[in-house]
Parts: sequence; C-alpha cells; structure tokens
Amino acid sequence: MLLIHCPYCEEDRSELEFRWAGEAHIARPENIAAITDEEFAEYFFLRNNEKGLTYERWRHIHGCGRFFNAARDTVSDRFLMTYKAGLPKQSIPPAEEATAVAEEKTVETWEATEGDAR
Amino acid sequence: MAKSKTDASRTLPLAGFHGGSSTVRLEAAAPAQRISLRASADDVPALSGALGLDLPVKPKTSATANGRTALWLGPDEWLVIDEGTVSPGGRLMQAAASSGVPHSAADVSHRNTAILVSGPGAARAINAGCPQDLSLTAFPIGACSRTVLAKVEIVLLRTAEDAFRVEVWRSFSDYAFGLLAEGAQDAAL
Repeated sequence: MLLIHCPYCEEDRSELEFRWAGEAHIARPENIAAITDEEFAEYFFLRNNEKGLTYERWRHIHGCGRFFNAARDTVSDRFLMTYKAGLPKQSIPPAEEATAVAEEKTVETWEATEGDAR
Repeated sequence: MAKSKTDASRTLPLAGFHGGSSTVRLEAAAPAQRISLRASADDVPALSGALGLDLPVKPKTSATANGRTALWLGPDEWLVIDEGTVSPGGRLMQAAASSGVPHSAADVSHRNTAILVSGPGAARAINAGCPQDLSLTAFPIGACSRTVLAKVEIVLLRTAEDAFRVEVWRSFSDYAFGLLAEGAQDAAL
C-alpha cells in the first residue's frame, strides 16, 4: 500500500485517505478581468502534465481534510516530499532526487515496452 | 402505528442490529449529542473554557472531561461528543455559543451514530476495512482519527486497550455494522 506523509497529521497514511487535486503553485492572476482570453486559458485550462518530477496538490480528504503540496515522480509514483499549503515551492532534497532518478530507470513503462518510443 | 404525537418514538439507526464473534463484541452506542466545531487556533482557549474541556491541538489526540469528548479531526476542526442524557435544545451548541469567540458549530447529533467495538479482536475487526496502524504504540488509548472503513468514512476513537468507538454517518451505519460483523468473524479465526 502506498503511504503518503500528511504534513498536518505529521504521519504516513494510506493513499486511500487522499485525493489528488491537480498541479500545484498555479497563482491566480491579480488582474484577472484585464487579461486576454489566451492568458486566461493558459492560467485556467492548460497544465504541464510533466513526466517525472511534478509538484501537485493533494487533499487528505478522509483525514484532516487539509490541502497540501507534494513533489511526486509520475513515472515511479514515489512521493519525494510533502509540505503545507501556502509555502513556496520547496526544493527536493538531493538524496531523494537521486533515488527517484535511479528508480525511474527500473520502472517498466508503457512507452518502453509497448509504445511507439520502443 | 402511533395513536398520537405523544406516542411517537424514535427508531435508532442501528436498532435491532447484532453481531460479533468469540473475540469481538459489537454494540450500537447510545444516542449522544455531537457538534462539528471549526475555529482558529486563537479561539481555542475560549472555546475550551466554554465547553469544559481542553480542545486537543495535537494530531490524532482527544480529550475527555465532564462526560464530553473532543476529537481532533484537523488543525481547525473537532468533533465534540456529549454522552449525557439527550435533552432538547443542544447543550453543546449553547456551550459553544457562550464562548463569545468566532467559530462554526454544527449540530450533527443525528447525522452520526456510533458502533462500539470491543474485545481482544477489536483492532483486527476494524482493520478488516481500515488501513490505519492500530497497534498500541501507533494508536494509543485516546487516539482518534478520521479515516476510512472500506467504502465509508468513519471517525475512530480508541477508548481502551481493546475497545474502540466507530463514529459513522447514520445512512452508512448498516454497511459499517455489517462490515465490522464480517471483520469480527474473521478476527476469531
């Protein structure tokens, strides 16, 4: 079972208690009435959907109910770190990052085995 | 059928349910008053004074005093249970209102019901559907948490070494009771 560290409960909890809540650190434009449609679309609809290290919002919905931010590797599904909502983007500890990069190479991905990238 | 308004009686959500095994006892808890309380950290002392117990501020802890129990659910959220005799008017709501500080209190006495799980197999029965570590080191007496029991959300409170209170929404209570009954059977194997 995948365990996720909740920064509010200060404990590792089962993934069953959590919900994914989209990409993190997307700031709402302060002059939202003045921006163009393209700029609004960029802010409102378009997401990076990165492969590898991503910053995401998660919610401990069946626990303390709080939203928080997490750095996750979307290839290996490893959570590198979690931190409280409202904090600026945190840098990932080098040791964690090295482990994640090494792990990515051992994960059997669809692209490597089935996809066009083979 | 009730002859008049005064003959009407309330049917409890888990009336008539029974289950358990040689190592687990399952009971429907008596009706209780409950409030869902939200407040900021600054207002905790005033609310604690008004409710007559110290609202816990550490994760996964609860506090009990004067027949009331306050369960930490989140950094600004508590479930307060008063197991005294149920009287109309909502003593907990009145107590919270008398604190004089900004807060949100919602009476959830009839939204929730509770199942008391006890016996040497109690933790195993709950773990049939709940992913939390219920060992005494990770979940000591007095520990509480909102979590999941299979497909429903519960609030779990350890009242003794081998006894738990499972707070569950009343419409989910037959599911939760049935699942715990299955877990109780498995715990006795």
